[in-house]
Amino acid sequence: MQNYSIFSLVKNAFSNHQDWEVAWKDPEPKKEYDVIIIGGGGHGLATAYYLAKEHGITNVAILEKGWIGGGNVGRNTTILRSNYMFDANAHFYELGMKMWEDLSQELNYNVMYSPRGIINLAHTDGQLNAYARRGNSMRLNGIDAILLNREEVKKMIPFADFSDTCRFPIVGALMQPRGGTARHDAVAWGYARQADSMGVDIIQNCEVTGFDVENGKISGVRTSRGEIKTKKVGLCVAGSTTLLADKLNMRLPIEAHVLQACVSEPVKPLLHNVVTFGAGHFYCSQSDKGEMVMGGDLDGYNSYAQRGNLPMIQHVLSGGLAVFPNFSRLKMLRSWGGIMDMSMDGTPIIDKTHIDGVYLNCGWCYGGFKATPSSGFVFAHTIAKDEPHELNQPFNLDRFHTGNIIDEKGVGPKPWIG
Amino acid sequence: MLEIKCPYCGKRSQNEFAYGGDATVKRPNLGEEVSTKDWDDFVYYRDNPRGKHTEYWHHVSGCRQWFKASRDTATHEIFNTSSLEEEI
Repeated sequence: MQNYSIFSLVKNAFSNHQDWEVAWKDPEPKKEYDVIIIGGGGHGLATAYYLAKEHGITNVAILEKGWIGGGNVGRNTTILRSNYMFDANAHFYELGMKMWEDLSQELNYNVMYSPRGIINLAHTDGQLNAYARRGNSMRLNGIDAILLNREEVKKMIPFADFSDTCRFPIVGALMQPRGGTARHDAVAWGYARQADSMGVDIIQNCEVTGFDVENGKISGVRTSRGEIKTKKVGLCVAGSTTLLADKLNMRLPIEAHVLQACVSEPVKPLLHNVVTFGAGHFYCSQSDKGEMVMGGDLDGYNSYAQRGNLPMIQHVLSGGLAVFPNFSRLKMLRSWGGIMDMSMDGTPIIDKTHIDGVYLNCGWCYGGFKATPSSGFVFAHTIAKDEPHELNQPFNLDRFHTGNIIDEKGVGPKPWIG
Repeated sequence: MLEIKCPYCGKRSQNEFAYGGDATVKRPNLGEEVSTKDWDDFVYYRDNPRGKHTEYWHHVSGCRQWFKASRDTATHEIFNTSSLEEEI
């Protein structure tokens, strides 16, 4: 594989950039693989990469229905954080935060990791107390967290509404300074390129249409490009999880919902952190191109459509204008939607299943992107060793029967309430 | 914007309604012996179909009645709505 560096850039400039190697090949599917990963998104690609790198399993295929990186890894708002209160979440997402720090070097691909800090605004004293509690939990788990008062927040985002008459006054905030953003497409492409170089077959335009299960054991998958034998299959298909699980006669604690995001026209640097509004659903960061990247709540009803509805965009942006009144003059550039695999406790599921050789990685709700490295790492471990890594042991499927649910938000099994 | 036909008020904009989830989920009968698995299935497990979905809606900013709707989760087309008692 060609190494990307300043020297390769200069060298290829002389040939008008016509002689770059392809970043990944386009192979025909083989008859048999040791492991098949279904879903060529961030998690699937990362899983294949760590299977090859950490476990030496390189006879691996990634089967992708469309093109790699075309699903939620290309549709999210690119936020990285580990500001969770519960131990299971804190430890798992913190592994991800540590992996982001040198991911660009590891993948030899600039993922534009930007630890610009994430600020959760508090609008009542009670909310600030709750944030202080969460911040203390984070610090006890070795995660950075600082509590900001009103004046400190004002220094960081002076253009927010700090007037005396505003409906939701900003009383302070919880900040995770190492939180931030990364370039989502680059993450998918970086993992794809490295996985490919280690022998993983990335097979696009290949839809899985069925599974061959014999005596409770997987023996192969049926695809739009023929049958492929395998002993192990990992599902990393996010919003389509139920559709594939149906083919395995597996019923899951998952509902599909559409989540929208939108960007404004690009403007000069204004917002230097990721900011979340605490009195409604709105969060925002400014991309390197200058666009305000904004998101909020689910549309609020079950959906498999990768597009949303305008009432929710209006609702989210009205929250945005409550905190940043100067955004009212921004023109909107575009909005889009992705299908969230909403688990019933808001926490992912990374586990084996009752079928020998079938592994499940789903239930990412609002927050799969930040977990791309850590999810791939522990899922590869789960597949290679046929047992969960200690960090994904709490994310087992059985928790919905044992009662050990991890309900960070305390919402209950109604994901549309948010 | 969805246009939802409340069985009591007629067609209204989506803004007047709140969603209530899968209407095919049935609570185990009161007083009957129920296994832990059946109870967990009722609380957490869903069919989550891509296509026709029977669901509850609440005309919360209107007549405040709950009702059922049959809607396509892939196209968002609403086929019909009915009161809670009626078969949909």
